[in-house]
Amino acid sequence: MQTPPKFVYVTLIATTPEKLWAALTDPKFTVQYWGGTSLESDWKPGSRIVFRWRDKIVHDDTILKSEPPRLLSYSFHPLQFEDEAIRAEQPSRVTFEIEEFTGKSAQQGPVVKLTVTHDEFPLESKIFPMICNGWPGILSSLKTLLETGRAIEFEW
Amino acid sequence: MDLTLFKPKTVYVTYIATTPEEVWQALTTGDLTRKYFFGRRIEMETKPDGAFRLWQPDGTLDVEGKVVICDPPRKLAVTWRVMWIEEMRKLPECLVTYQIDDLGKVVRLTMTESHQIELDDKMLEGGRRGWPVILNNLKTLLETGEPMPDFDFMSDAKQSLDEMKEAARKYPGDEG
Repeated sequence: MQTPPKFVYVTLIATTPEKLWAALTDPKFTVQYWGGTSLESDWKPGSRIVFRWRDKIVHDDTILKSEPPRLLSYSFHPLQFEDEAIRAEQPSRVTFEIEEFTGKSAQQGPVVKLTVTHDEFPLESKIFPMICNGWPGILSSLKTLLETGRAIEFEW
Repeated sequence: MDLTLFKPKTVYVTYIATTPEEVWQALTTGDLTRKYFFGRRIEMETKPDGAFRLWQPDGTLDVEGKVVICDPPRKLAVTWRVMWIEEMRKLPECLVTYQIDDLGKVVRLTMTESHQIELDDKMLEGGRRGWPVILNNLKTLLETGEPMPDFDFMSDAKQSLDEMKEAARKYPGDEG
């Protein structure tokens, strides 16, 4: 039996859960590490979330779970593609789980583990291979922004 | 060695704001690996067929293998036999490959752990937990000059280590 595809990515960041939550939900931060994309919502369960890129709405989705600063989940339905078959694909779901590890010594700050799970794709998803390529770059840049104050300058 | 016998089971991709040469140095130099690889020091002859060993901070042999592909600063592959867990020594060695792609201001590092035999997911769990910690720590070291704060990563990993040993006992040895 075929099972629908699922993407899981774990990253560890020298920051606090509160700062990571802010980086995931404040458009001031998202534009820096998410290829210029502004994520806009009031971040309450059931609320609308839009992704805005160069003044165009490229995602129009719904917050599924929101428990700051530990758990965030929303539907994921990209609208920016010309290909009708891609735009018509059912929305998938992305979930962010944040876990804190305290440092071994008192002088050092905590390390936060972020687990991103992207699932609820159809069996023959066209979007799944794209998100597999996309998330490691976005999340690597998020880590760099939180640890150094500057996101990665991608040239692609 | 027939590398096509090894099937990829765990892949981790990270982007690092540095150069391919810096990544290569960090992967192959003992004084650097001990800063981000759970305190372990690498010893490697960077040439095909060269010896490769990873040592724990107390001098215990952690991993042993051979260099299979050595193409600095782009690609490195080593065979990998876990030595510090008695139950795992008898298992056929796996293959760890690092691919380093230069994208201008950033480097894409892809780590692939490949296996010659079908393995229980429980036996892959160690790598699936460990690699993100190691490679995120490597990224932090190269981007900031220091690794992440030392934290108690093993606090929730004890049970999976026991399960891994239990699963390893079921496999026959490959000596001879």
